[in-house]
Amino acid sequence: MAETLTRTGERLAAPPPSAVRRLRHAIGRVLYRIPAARLALLLGPILLWMVVIYLGSLGLLFVTSFWRQDSVTGAIVQNWGLTNYQFLVQEGVYRTIAIRTVGIALAVTVTDIALAIPIAYYAARIASPRVRTLLLLSIVLPLWSSYLVRVYAWRTILSGDGVLNWSLHHVHLGSVNLGFSRWSLWIVFSYLWLPYVTLPVYAALERIPNSLIEASTDLGARWRTTFRRVILPIAFPGIVAGSIFAFSLTLGDYIAPDLVGDTEFIGNVIYQNVGIANNIPFAAAYAIVPALVMGVYLLIARQLKAFEAL
Amino acid sequence: MDSLPAASQPQPRVAAAEVRLEGLRKTFGDVVAVAGVDLEVREGEFFSLLGPSGCGKTTCLRMIAGFEEPTAGRIVLHGRDVSGLPAYERDVNTVFQDYALFPHMTVHDNVEYGLVVKGIGRAERRRRVGEALTMMRLDRLDRRKPGELSGGQRQRVALARALVNQPRVLLLDEPLGALDLKLRQAMQIELKSIQERLSMTFIYVTHDQEEALTMSDRMAVMNQGRVEQVGSPAEVYERPATSFVAGFVGASNVLSGDAALAITGHRQAITVRPEKIRLGSAEEGEHADEVSALGVVRDVVYVGAFTRYVVELDAGGELVVLQQNLTMSSMDVLQARGRRVRLFWNRQHSRVIATVGGDQKKEEIG
Ligand SMILES: Nc1ncnc2c1ncn2[C@@H]1O[C@H](COP(=O)(O)OP(=O)(O)OP(=O)(O)O)[C@@H](O)[C@H]1O
Ligand SMILES: [Mg+2]
Repeated sequence: MAETLTRTGERLAAPPPSAVRRLRHAIGRVLYRIPAARLALLLGPILLWMVVIYLGSLGLLFVTSFWRQDSVTGAIVQNWGLTNYQFLVQEGVYRTIAIRTVGIALAVTVTDIALAIPIAYYAARIASPRVRTLLLLSIVLPLWSSYLVRVYAWRTILSGDGVLNWSLHHVHLGSVNLGFSRWSLWIVFSYLWLPYVTLPVYAALERIPNSLIEASTDLGARWRTTFRRVILPIAFPGIVAGSIFAFSLTLGDYIAPDLVGDTEFIGNVIYQNVGIANNIPFAAAYAIVPALVMGVYLLIARQLKAFEAL
Repeated sequence: MDSLPAASQPQPRVAAAEVRLEGLRKTFGDVVAVAGVDLEVREGEFFSLLGPSGCGKTTCLRMIAGFEEPTAGRIVLHGRDVSGLPAYERDVNTVFQDYALFPHMTVHDNVEYGLVVKGIGRAERRRRVGEALTMMRLDRLDRRKPGELSGGQRQRVALARALVNQPRVLLLDEPLGALDLKLRQAMQIELKSIQERLSMTFIYVTHDQEEALTMSDRMAVMNQGRVEQVGSPAEVYERPATSFVAGFVGASNVLSGDAALAITGHRQAITVRPEKIRLGSAEEGEHADEVSALGVVRDVVYVGAFTRYVVELDAGGELVVLQQNLTMSSMDVLQARGRRVRLFWNRQHSRVIATVGGDQKKEEIG
């Protein structure tokens, strides 16, 4: 009894906490009791950034796409209308460019998935730790150099008198006329985005416990069946994540088509309309196209349950 | 009479040998995981591999399943040498310690998997999966994913997934290791009754001696990659062949050297089970068929129905004594500390054992 008394006495004797401290404690208690408040504090700033800067400008883009440019003065008229969209649909060239862009983006995506799965599988499940480190390093290494440097490197490889034809000539295989075409675009894009596809696929494959593969074998499945029924489905979200990178990055690119291609992408048209023609409403309308395509892509991915955590 | 450690030649067999390991060895670089194992597991038998951590139980099991290739030796399954066969061609199934359920499949699809990959027809699949789910009481959980199940339920799915294939031999690697005590005991009973009902051969790996003793028809005690003794639980418990077995199965009551000489008159090492020893007063005389030893109670542990005494012997060494608390309360019991006592046991309850290399091993499991 005596002991508790002294203890209480001591506490009473301590100086009263300052106002600032009391306030801090009060805030702490509120945050402790209301998880939503904690969450708001934690995510508030970044949410603000996302909503205002990102969604805001997207909304602005959408609004702008319904304005139009006066064909005589070149000034922007803020009248609502579907002129830009009508123009997009009527002029065959824009449809062709859009289809071409999406087509190449799909081809690049498929190619990168096909390349990334064996590389990632080897790195994640077969290679020794040392080889794995080396392999992962060599996958990531290109990302340390500038995008432009890499595209220019491909220019020197693919051009008519470039490294590729020089090598082919020296082993007496004639020459190929790749540069600069859709083929070269496909190759360069596949190369550029391969790391972005490989890493998520690697992460997904690496997570699969060995015992699952052994269990499948134990139950009578050969390797191919195990791959198809166990490994692929479990790694599927990782593959989709990688494919989103390859697809969206190709969809939005306008530099590579300029440097190693002979065709225009959606991005090139937008660039010209913003920078040269100053027809921002039309550029905005055309920019809605890849945004829509991407939206459809994500919807399909969700339909395939790619975003469901296992 | 002694059951010698392994390597006994085929005597008149009770039942056909379902699994035979012949000189099985496995090394990983410098590490010898399994150092030459000869074993025979009979048809329809519940056979346990018991041993301390790292003694090579899992490696043995993985070689039988086909996940690990033996460095030397043969594995014969139902008369057929399967040493070179891949896992998917062996008529055995495994229940993994971490269950290894496919996370992207429902309980139903997990159980059906083995039948699907073997190309078994839809009608038969439905029947067998239904039976397996019912047997493991999983009917109402069949649409769930493994992530939505409790530990015990996952355990039952893992069992159903293996049993549905009706393998000749079921391999279980510490399947109850992740469960709590109550569930563990319930599953022990369930496992045993399933095994008896299906009369399937089970090879069961555990490091829990109690589990091995209660469930097995026969068991092998392993140590450092070798089999020290094979026998029924009663044989292994009552008549341990080596001091390692005596120490690992039950408490380590081994007397050797001078202590053995002073008490029994021989230098040979002996062992006696803690519950066979009677604690008496120091003045009590011994009967003709009894052995006795004087000592001081050094430690007393009250464990409810029993009390465990550690008695330091005058002749050297110490013995653990288990006494049922028939009339004594925890208070009485605790006062025994420091008291001089005389220990008695029936002559036939002390067993002469081999100590070659055994004492060393015992140190390690401490
Ligand atoms: N893949 C491996 N590479 C190297 N050493 C291994 C490998 N697998 C097992 N070992 C070694 O072989 C020995 C036996 O291992 P094993 O897993 O068979 O033991 P265990 O009896 O199952 O033990 P526990 O009860 O802890 O599971 C151990 O010393 C272990 O370190
Ligand atoms: Mg093990």
